Amino acid sequence: MTATTPSSRGGRWLAALTDEGPALPGYPDSVRVVDGELDGTPTRYIAVVPDPASDFPRARGGEVGLVEGWALARAVRETMTADVDGPRRPIVAVIDVPSQAYGRTEEAFGIHQALAAAADAYAAARRAEHPVIGLIVGKAMSGAFLAHGYQANRLIALDDAAVEVHAMGKQAAARITQRTVEGVEALARTITPMAYDIRSFQRLGLLHRLLSVADADSPAGPDVAAVRDALTEACRDIGDSRDLGARLGEGRAASLAVRRRLRAQWQS
Amino acid sequence: MDTATLIARESFVERGARERVAGLLDAGTMRELLDPFERLRSPWLAEQDIVTQADDGVVIARGAIAGTAVVCCAVEPAFQGGAIGEVGGAKIAGALELALEDAEAGRPVVPVLLLETGGVRLQEANCGLAAIAEIHAAIAALRAHVPVVGVVAGPVGCFGGMSIAAGLCSQLIATREARLGLNGPQVIEQEAGVDEFDSRDRPMIWSLTGGEQRRATGLVDTLCADDAQAIAAEVAAAVAAGPEDPARVADVDAALARLARIDGDRRAEAEWVRDAFQTPTDDGSDS
Amino acid sequence: MQTLSLDYPAGAPAARRALAGVVGSGDLEVLLEPGADGRSTVEINTSVDGVNEIWTAVVDRIFADAAQPAVALEINDFGATPAVVRLRIAQAMEQAAGADTGAH
Repeated sequence: MTATTPSSRGGRWLAALTDEGPALPGYPDSVRVVDGELDGTPTRYIAVVPDPASDFPRARGGEVGLVEGWALARAVRETMTADVDGPRRPIVAVIDVPSQAYGRTEEAFGIHQALAAAADAYAAARRAEHPVIGLIVGKAMSGAFLAHGYQANRLIALDDAAVEVHAMGKQAAARITQRTVEGVEALARTITPMAYDIRSFQRLGLLHRLLSVADADSPAGPDVAAVRDALTEACRDIGDSRDLGARLGEGRAASLAVRRRLRAQWQS
Repeated sequence: MDTATLIARESFVERGARERVAGLLDAGTMRELLDPFERLRSPWLAEQDIVTQADDGVVIARGAIAGTAVVCCAVEPAFQGGAIGEVGGAKIAGALELALEDAEAGRPVVPVLLLETGGVRLQEANCGLAAIAEIHAAIAALRAHVPVVGVVAGPVGCFGGMSIAAGLCSQLIATREARLGLNGPQVIEQEAGVDEFDSRDRPMIWSLTGGEQRRATGLVDTLCADDAQAIAAEVAAAVAAGPEDPARVADVDAALARLARIDGDRRAEAEWVRDAFQTPTDDGSDS
Repeated sequence: MQTLSLDYPAGAPAARRALAGVVGSGDLEVLLEPGADGRSTVEINTSVDGVNEIWTAVVDRIFADAAQPAVALEINDFGATPAVVRLRIAQAMEQAAGADTGAH
């Protein structure tokens, strides 16, 4: 890769956080894996970025497709293998994924299994004591997010209008729920989990931090420093925790209530 | 198969979620947790003026299969297309988390997941997605201790984030009627156009994502007829197997090598896909 | 969605609770619990608007016999026809009156 500015927000944040470190060989151009550092500690950074030349036409815009899913799994598993006898490096998933790839070839070759492999790798790294942090700098959509970042111990997001989390794009969601796009948008204003914006997502208690930055699109000096500080703090906060328990709070009251009552009934 | 056999056979697919579970468990061992009379229903559907179901479409039951302690988590496909909302998702995730605690404490409980689901319930989008991530985490962790058994039985199929959950299972059983895929046909057509994917072309859809094709490509471990007894027998065999990381999830190199060999621009047909999965190192006919 | 509450004179409380149906297209879910002595109540939540009269007529007929066991019914309806309504309620009443299967 050349030193030109990456075309995607995720690519730019990856470059900024790694001081424009070189991408590791052995990965497709759409999965950039860079070994950088965080507060003096070696750290692996991973981002999915657009690759207009991808062999898979439905995965050229930064979507997580077949190759991306399996390559993410490789990037994470390789970290685990390398660190098996030593300190476990933090892994930072830089998240800017507009969607999973929607295509015939993708379904035919089992894109669900590719995404499962990625999610499985991140979950395994988390359990193997790698601090795993998801840094949401752009879109974190649906299956793409499940494969790239949602298994992290902690999620950090930039407080920016273009940062969104959702299960489906508005057009498709409207068609599937038999509503208009305006109808979907209206519901998203009143039903917190249906909203696309990151502040609504934060209200569900799923974020460790929501970070204000001056310019989420063009990472620069103070913003990059603030994100690094937040990542460092998240690593400390993770401590010995290996599960996703930190996400369960009053923001998801029903999720808590269900678990409380299940536990009470679990043993006969 | 002769007519008499067909008549004697009892469909699994035609049963509701609770009845499916009851048929898998040893007689007299079923104990449902958070049953419908607890009325833990979706807070979000009610807000949108949509009729709720008292169990939110998910049945959780403890019991035994051939004497082995299990917890069954069954999605009811008839309610909201089996879509996963906050409550139903938390029921599955919570049950799996408790099974993991037990497994870690040396009291193994084998999870059996009946996954007939469209994925995230869009009316509860981010709550469903979050719950599915928690389900993934639990399945991945449980697999080190016990086999995690998945069954995809009926025509609703298994899609969205729950297809990823299916992909994470140690043992995956499917029928010919079932489909398994990330994106539902309508969504692909919406996002990529009818030329890419015609959601009304049922033969094409089943030829690429149906249970038989998934078995032929190793993305499903066992193909089973829609016969309640036969499925119960396959589930019992899977429950009795040891914990393992199936090649389908763990063999990253083989998967990337396969993708490097194929032409991503070619219009996928079932035969070509099957051929691509047959290689010296990755024999899809062997489980 | 529309809701409707009905009540009827009845006999002694039903023996046990029962469940029938699902909230699926053209179907409904019936949750039956023993009612207060001498009175049956029916709470209906339906996805179909403007059909209160039909519901009332169908349920009135089912509960016409005041000697039936007292039940508290919750009905969650997703567009069931009167025939399906009658079938599901009958299934639940039968279960409530029959032998305890120990399924719960």
